Amino acid sequence: MGPATTKLNYTYAREVLDKYGRNPNKLIPILQDIQAEYKYLPEEIMSFVSSDLGISPSSVYGVATFYTHFTLEPKGKHVIKVCDGTACHVKKSEGILNALEKELGLNKDNKTTKDMMFTLETVACLGACGLAPVVVIDDKVHGLMTPESTLELLESIRREESVNG
Amino acid sequence: MKTQYAVIDNIEVPIENERNLLELIRKAHIELPTFCYHSEISVYGACRMCMVEVQGRGIVPACSTPVSDGMVVTTSTKQIREMRKMIIELLLANHDQNCTSCPKSGDCKLQRIAQKLGISKVRFKRRDEFPEPDLSSVAIYRDPAKCILCGDCVRVCREIQSIGVMDFANRGAKAFVTPCFNKGIGEVDCVNCGQCVKVCPVGALTPRRQIDEVWNAIHDKSKKVVVQIAPAVRVAIGENFGFDPGEATTGQLVTALRMMGFDKVYDTSFAADVTVIEEGNEFLARLEKGEKLPQFTSCCPAWIKFAEQYYPELLPNISSCRSPQQMFGALCKDILTKDMKISREDLVVVSIMPCTAKKYEADRAEFSVNGNKDVDYVLTTQELALMIKERGIDFGRLEIGAFDMPFGFKSGAAVIFGTSGGVSEAVLRYAADAVGGEAFTEYKDLRADSGVKITEVTVGGKVLRLAVVSGLANARELIKRIKSGEESFDLVEVMACCGGCINGGGQPISDDAASVKARAKGLYDNDKMLQVHSSQENPYMQKMYSEDLNKHKAHELLHTKYIVRK
Repeated sequence: MGPATTKLNYTYAREVLDKYGRNPNKLIPILQDIQAEYKYLPEEIMSFVSSDLGISPSSVYGVATFYTHFTLEPKGKHVIKVCDGTACHVKKSEGILNALEKELGLNKDNKTTKDMMFTLETVACLGACGLAPVVVIDDKVHGLMTPESTLELLESIRREESVNG
Repeated sequence: MKTQYAVIDNIEVPIENERNLLELIRKAHIELPTFCYHSEISVYGACRMCMVEVQGRGIVPACSTPVSDGMVVTTSTKQIREMRKMIIELLLANHDQNCTSCPKSGDCKLQRIAQKLGISKVRFKRRDEFPEPDLSSVAIYRDPAKCILCGDCVRVCREIQSIGVMDFANRGAKAFVTPCFNKGIGEVDCVNCGQCVKVCPVGALTPRRQIDEVWNAIHDKSKKVVVQIAPAVRVAIGENFGFDPGEATTGQLVTALRMMGFDKVYDTSFAADVTVIEEGNEFLARLEKGEKLPQFTSCCPAWIKFAEQYYPELLPNISSCRSPQQMFGALCKDILTKDMKISREDLVVVSIMPCTAKKYEADRAEFSVNGNKDVDYVLTTQELALMIKERGIDFGRLEIGAFDMPFGFKSGAAVIFGTSGGVSEAVLRYAADAVGGEAFTEYKDLRADSGVKITEVTVGGKVLRLAVVSGLANARELIKRIKSGEESFDLVEVMACCGGCINGGGQPISDDAASVKARAKGLYDNDKMLQVHSSQENPYMQKMYSEDLNKHKAHELLHTKYIVRK
């Protein structure tokens, strides 16, 4: 992300549009592919997609905001999802969320760390209620979590990052 | 074939070609409450207010239920009544309820239906936080705190205008209607036509008001304030004061404006006569050279912005004539300032328009000289009606007044500018005379009630092919056919609003499609009554062209350039 790669963004978006034959009915897979590459949906790219498909930018924006899968802001390298569905909630998922927010310096309006390393989200239900409370980090599911075990996981990611970085 | 019937509230109603149950129920003289049903846009079924009971099928929304023979319908039961009241209460809980300070107060469907259903208390807790109003547009005031998510604006913009400025974003309890990327409506592709304003049942979309600014100018003793009235206003404003749609109240309007304190009351139609001459000459010149054809009309500022955004390659084909409003402003600030011996700054030009896009047009940078606008303020018909009411003027009983001269004199050709087909007819009346000295004719084909009118006329022995479109989706479709070579024309008239200015976004709120037709008829009747029917016969035209305008001056004051916005 960042201005340096803007040119590349358009090239990739063009390739995706070609792949789907510029079919407006394929808007969702097009946005999925674009997000897979850039980790979020940049505004300029959505405008570009809309004019290329001949649909209004407000409709593209409508689809992009309808599905929680899509994000309009750049996400961190690691995405942490804390389940706050009914089962996880009664099993004290809130404590896990609070511990993570405190450790990462995040809150309801501020979901990504400044170093772009972590994004913290809540989800309504992951369908893994038997493992409640559940935390998903980078698509890997961790069940029966506590605030302490979650912070340990976070610590291990940080250690790995510092070794690799 | 045997006539089919449905039974509605114990009365047999014959089924003709009603598109849905709601229309049939209306035919049975029952007004079902609805927020989201408009005959000219698609059925959406969002508001659930038109729920009725159909025997054997239970409770269904009338707007999206087809009619069938033998249907037995009850439009109000205990359960339905309770459901409707519940819906209103839920809408009100999600609404800021600042009715007294709302621009739509008195014309608001939510207010009216809540009152009809006898809502005395809202059982649900009101939302805590409301979004701020959107002040980004000079034409349209958007207040999302009042939105009831009926989607009318979304559909009218997408289906009638083919733009789609707004759509739903987010979902569930967080859903809202917004321009793309949560921007202001003045920062996106909105062409300011105000058709969304026209269909919005509540105060979420209203014309951006300039009422206070105009009162301040009137009350400022150091200023001379003149006003121009567009053709379409005179056949609609009466609706706010108990007159029938289409009934011309020009005389009352002139008197009311004088009573309000305007120094001179003029007619935009005067400038429309100038437009006809300028645009007619331009058209004849292009015909002779055979270049830049078809010529597109330029009176509609929503169409102009639309073309600038989507069809920059067509800009050379659009007549370079300013719209009558802007010609009028430029002529006032040039000629009147000299006559009155005052500076531009001390002459305030106000226009009364059926249109929200005219506010945007007056604000365009090219229509200012050293930061002073040619047209200082633009009021919609709705705003003027409010001002007349504020001033306590009993509009219906006023003496008939006459326009000030010379800018109050016009031909009938100028008056019909307010309806789709009128500009073309006016230009033809001029061209036919200029080329072949043909006597004035009425061009009936151009008066049909249709969004796309195509006709051929003979002018000076030459067959001309004309297209008249209203509604920008119709314009888009026609342009596609022109570009593909499927169709070719000499003259194309485009108006953004269906039926022309009479159906503009600033006109009195009306749910009845018949009122638009009545307004059109009002203008054609007005044309018949006037002394002259062709712009070139307006005696003040000859006077002005010989005394005030040389060729250079005419070009400077009456023509403009367009901007590529793609």
